[in-house]
Amino acid sequence: MNILELKNINLQINGNKILDNLSMDFWEGYIHAIVGPNGVGKTTVGNLIMGLEGYRDFEGDLLFKNRTIKKLNLYERAKRGITMAWQEPARFEGLTVENFIKAGAKNKNRKTVERALEKVGMDPDDYITRAVDKSLSGGERKKIELASILAIDPKLVILDEPDSGIDVASLKNIFDTIQSLKENGASVILITHSLEVLKQAEHAFLLCSGTLLTKGSAEKIGSYFEDKCIPCNHKNKPDKNGVKL
Amino acid sequence: MNTEDLLKEANIGSEINDKDTARLIINKDKIIDTNEVEGLKVDAREIKDGVDIKIRLEKNTVIEKPVHLCFGVTQQEAVQKIILDIEIGDNSSINIFSHCIFPLAVDVKHIMDGKIRIGKNSFYSYTEKHIHSEEGGITVIPKARITLEENARLKTIFELLKGRVGNIDIDYETTCMDRSVMEMTAKIYGKSDDIIKIKETGNLIGKWSRGVLTSKVAVRDNARAEIFNKLFADAEYARGHVDCKEIIQGNGKASAIPIVEVNNSKAHITHEASIGSVDSKQLQTLMSRGLSEDSAVELIIEGLLS
Ligand SMILES: Nc1ncnc2c1ncn2[C@@H]1O[C@H](COP(=O)(O)OP(=O)(O)O)[C@@H](O)[C@H]1O
Ligand SMILES: [Mg+2]
Repeated sequence: MNILELKNINLQINGNKILDNLSMDFWEGYIHAIVGPNGVGKTTVGNLIMGLEGYRDFEGDLLFKNRTIKKLNLYERAKRGITMAWQEPARFEGLTVENFIKAGAKNKNRKTVERALEKVGMDPDDYITRAVDKSLSGGERKKIELASILAIDPKLVILDEPDSGIDVASLKNIFDTIQSLKENGASVILITHSLEVLKQAEHAFLLCSGTLLTKGSAEKIGSYFEDKCIPCNHKNKPDKNGVKL
Repeated sequence: MNTEDLLKEANIGSEINDKDTARLIINKDKIIDTNEVEGLKVDAREIKDGVDIKIRLEKNTVIEKPVHLCFGVTQQEAVQKIILDIEIGDNSSINIFSHCIFPLAVDVKHIMDGKIRIGKNSFYSYTEKHIHSEEGGITVIPKARITLEENARLKTIFELLKGRVGNIDIDYETTCMDRSVMEMTAKIYGKSDDIIKIKETGNLIGKWSRGVLTSKVAVRDNARAEIFNKLFADAEYARGHVDCKEIIQGNGKASAIPIVEVNNSKAHITHEASIGSVDSKQLQTLMSRGLSEDSAVELIIEGLLS
């Protein structure tokens, strides 16, 4: 069953066509990846699904559990269980890790916070009272964001470039967390241009120039992407001759 | 409302009755209770509409437990004038908590006039927390002139986050001798038609002296805030930083005028100021975790002012 469907979406920003008749369907309980080189519109798809201001006025439809959520704003979509971690995590002066993770958590107790931190490989004793500000590295903040997502027990999670700024040791924690999100019943969308992240997914969509080039198993899409898209030899315009996987 | 209620509002527990804790409790212009500890003299006298206080800390004295000053007004209408004269001897250390509690105020004016001298190598920490009524009829005018002798350290925090600000006009000025260090912070949350004015000045006239002036202010509804923070450096290797952060919501208005003046080529001062609504990235992150816009904004402001 589909948890999310994008139906023939056209999105313009400042008169530029960013998404071009884009259709995608995401299955409930699966880990998906949206891959493609820089600038093809991956983050835009995430923002559009999440309902950020500036990404809500589009042609086409967006269905969550078979019902349109096109008119819903960010807050209303979050309330349905959709959440997103952006590539560059925000900094919050003075807001403690504990209060940040608790903010959206269903169970607002310390245990929830500790468990979430442990899951992403962070020692609660070292982090729980610290502020989510510039005293933490980007990688640390990214893991804390992931912990905050675990704590809200979401239905659909969009992770934009989950490996950026992450060291090799922490990468395993991130991947483990992605798998446990799935185990907890969440559907996951990984936005990435990394083959390693792509391997975490079961199903993948390859974007080119704001449109869907092809989709398939993460393996197949991975080898096509590696072969044909790195580097991109047609300057980000889909191949007229179509795609053969 | 009696003094006990006042202390409850201030969140002061049994520590206030401890014989080793120095304290001075004032309700409007009446001295309710006072306790001295060894090495610390608190001499308070009732004057017209207020209290005149002299605090002397002997040299070579470390006061372990925080000293509590409570300036309360339990009436709805009153004027309270506090004259504070504090002298900290050399090589001493003290930590003062000042509680300014006006829980029922409809028309209350609280004026504080402080003169503080901190002796050589001494440490002085002063935290002033205000708890106001929701009426907004309060005027607070705190003024302090502080001198730090050689190698002295000062840390002040002024906090007004609970209840309506009313009208506040802070004027603190600190002068730093050689190698002394000062840190002055103000955190205020203005609502409705509150008016906030902060003027903090640091004079780094001693060699190797250092100073940081920090103001964190949030205004919403029709509240206004003006911050004039000034650091002046006139000595070799003086170092300083002025930091103003203001978040505005609704029809709030804020301005920040950081002034830095350096008269010595070996001194160095920096400043940063930011005024604006809540950062959209912070907001979208919290909202995507299921917080409404209002609760997300509150959480962000709470963090900034914490
Ligand atoms: N808010 C925006 N304003 C202007 N241009 C945008 C905006 N969002 C995305 N774009 C443009 O859309 C294109 C796709 O961007 P993006 O989705 O970030 O790509 P990717 O994530 O695949 O690298 C880029 O050309 C980008 O400049
Ligand atoms: Mg991107």
